[in-house]
Amino acid sequence: MQSQSHNFIGRARKGLADVDLQTALARFQTGFTVKRAEAAAKLPEFEALRDEAVEIKDHSLEHLDFYLDHFATKVEEGGGEVHWCVTPEDARQKVLQICQAAGARSATKSKSMIGEEIALNPFLEENNIAPIETDLGEYIVQLAEEYPSHIIAPAVHKTKDQVSDLFYKHHKDKGAGKRLDGVEELVTEARGMLREKFIAADVGITGANFLVAETGTTAIVTNEGNGDLTQILPRVHIVLATLEKVVPTLEDMTTILRVLARTATGQEFSTYTTLSTGPKRAGELDGPEAFHVILLDNGRSKLLGSEYREILRCIKCGACMNHCPVYGSIGGHAYGWVYPGPMGAVLTPNLVGLKEGRHLPNASTFCGRCEAVCPVRIPLPGLMRKLREEEFEAKLLPPRYRLSLGLWAWMARHPRLYHLAAGFGRRALNMLSRRQGRLTKVPFAVGWTVGRDMPAPEGGSFQAQWRRKGGRT
Amino acid sequence: MNEKPQIGLFVTCLVNLFRPSVGFAAVKLLENAGCVVTVPDAQTCCGQPAHNSGDKKNSRAIARQVIATFEKFDAVVAPSGSCAGMIKQHYPALFSDDQKWRARAEALANKTFELVSYLSDERSVESVNATFNGSVTYHDSCAGLRELGVHDQPRKLLDSISGLELKELPGANVCCGFGGTFCVKYPDISTRMVTDKVADAAATGAGTLLAGDLGCLLNMAGRTTREGRTIEVRHVAEVLADMTDGPAIGQPEKAR
Repeated sequence: MQSQSHNFIGRARKGLADVDLQTALARFQTGFTVKRAEAAAKLPEFEALRDEAVEIKDHSLEHLDFYLDHFATKVEEGGGEVHWCVTPEDARQKVLQICQAAGARSATKSKSMIGEEIALNPFLEENNIAPIETDLGEYIVQLAEEYPSHIIAPAVHKTKDQVSDLFYKHHKDKGAGKRLDGVEELVTEARGMLREKFIAADVGITGANFLVAETGTTAIVTNEGNGDLTQILPRVHIVLATLEKVVPTLEDMTTILRVLARTATGQEFSTYTTLSTGPKRAGELDGPEAFHVILLDNGRSKLLGSEYREILRCIKCGACMNHCPVYGSIGGHAYGWVYPGPMGAVLTPNLVGLKEGRHLPNASTFCGRCEAVCPVRIPLPGLMRKLREEEFEAKLLPPRYRLSLGLWAWMARHPRLYHLAAGFGRRALNMLSRRQGRLTKVPFAVGWTVGRDMPAPEGGSFQAQWRRKGGRT
Repeated sequence: MNEKPQIGLFVTCLVNLFRPSVGFAAVKLLENAGCVVTVPDAQTCCGQPAHNSGDKKNSRAIARQVIATFEKFDAVVAPSGSCAGMIKQHYPALFSDDQKWRARAEALANKTFELVSYLSDERSVESVNATFNGSVTYHDSCAGLRELGVHDQPRKLLDSISGLELKELPGANVCCGFGGTFCVKYPDISTRMVTDKVADAAATGAGTLLAGDLGCLLNMAGRTTREGRTIEVRHVAEVLADMTDGPAIGQPEKAR
């Protein structure tokens, strides 16, 4: 997918002005956070489980080559194929080859962020293979010709009214024939639309929440059951996954599963946890005839050896964006690429380039809520700060900002001059406030006064008053 | 423990410039808790603007200056969770490859505290001698809450004030949108966040909104006056020190 992250400010502004988006976000902001807190409070060992999840992911990353190799061997032993792809282009071509070899005309898809990362849908369309999103949120987003705004709730930016309109427009001839209002009616109509497509599809494409080395298993967690139909009904099952998804054992996977759903949606477990271990074996009734795992690198191996390694622990639960007040204000599309919110603010500049993604790690107040809820304890603000350091060193900051920062820092290192200059500033602000206690406009501080007044200084610095009083209150 | 601990007051650049009364409130509270307070002249800022902009060189230079100025005291106290958090949590990390300064940074970090938690946790202050007629609501500033665990201490001390009613703020732990340089780099997003915050605060029905960090307070006060809201904004130390006669933040001098 082509990044638009460089235009973060414009996109954020658009999001802030979008009434429907703001309606959708207002509802979203309280839902997930409350449910996560309740689920965490109910499980006494929750914090210990987070520590275990960290250990498992760190261990897997430390021995990534070993576990990936083992995983691939096991997949092949089970009759599946593993395709190692370095770039998104490699992955797209491989998927196309597999689809073409199967004579595919349509491919069902369950939710996969890697599918978004490699921009698979437009590519398949160009090659006359119809991609069909089967996750309800993804289906909505596909009808709207958009892309997901959240990694686990792709259509969280849409209101129910917008979905009603969208379904009416696209289902008119085939669906209820009228605009539907109820959530259940809408879901039923979408389910009806998708049913025949599930059956007609030649290839089913899923993502993977886990790759299990010990058994060569891929696993997905879903709440709709669409993943099962996607991977069981078609003749060919393709799994899209990046390298860091591998864990050593099924036991390790279940440990992480215990924090995943609780953190993501507040559920104890997702409705479906589906394991795929190779194609249908002799005598089995269900399952695909062919099983392919696309293992995509796209920058992960470079991250592994970098100071950003901890971001590879991410299990894509979405909690950081659920709890992020910036995400909650502007929505996911503002971030301009596949991964929004705090995890995206670390991942995006690393995958699309710091110059392109430089706004993302800056657009954080470092409030720390993301780190506080991250199930695998990724120090997200710390990693964003590292990106800011890189940005500073690469001189990517706007020259004016860099200059004022340098000037300020120089003053801060020279207390006498600093206090002299601060005194001038204070007196100027006081004069401009004309005893109103506040300023509605301040030259050189338009960023501050665009949305709020500047409270006027009380008058006299603390230190000067303190000295005058001889160190007495 | 020393009977009369020598405290270096890290007054913070914002308090020094905008709201000296918070500094005097801090001194009063510390002295009432049996401390001897000194305010070193050489202090300017803790260096967060540089640190949060990725300027490691200047962050280190400013940190060295703060360490050298304050390491002689028994404890360093700041009426701010974010400045205290900077010294406590971030200074040692700034010197990861400089053993000598790292040791000095750690020593300072170990004796640096946010004002209200220092009173409560280190000086065992259980109550304050103050009166306040009215209801307040309290916003947990992010760094104080999540870097230093300041949460119960201000509530406990506020509870001891006669006449004061504390109304809990829904979403008290959600950022107000200040974020240091964030608020001027991304003013639209910041404005949105602070608009939500002051709306939530006003909805509690409280007459005064309190917090422990002047950055957040200037942000929230600036938004309440911009919107013409009646809720007043003050630093929690002013209320705890019984120093609420002067105008609230962003309010004009009262007519005499």
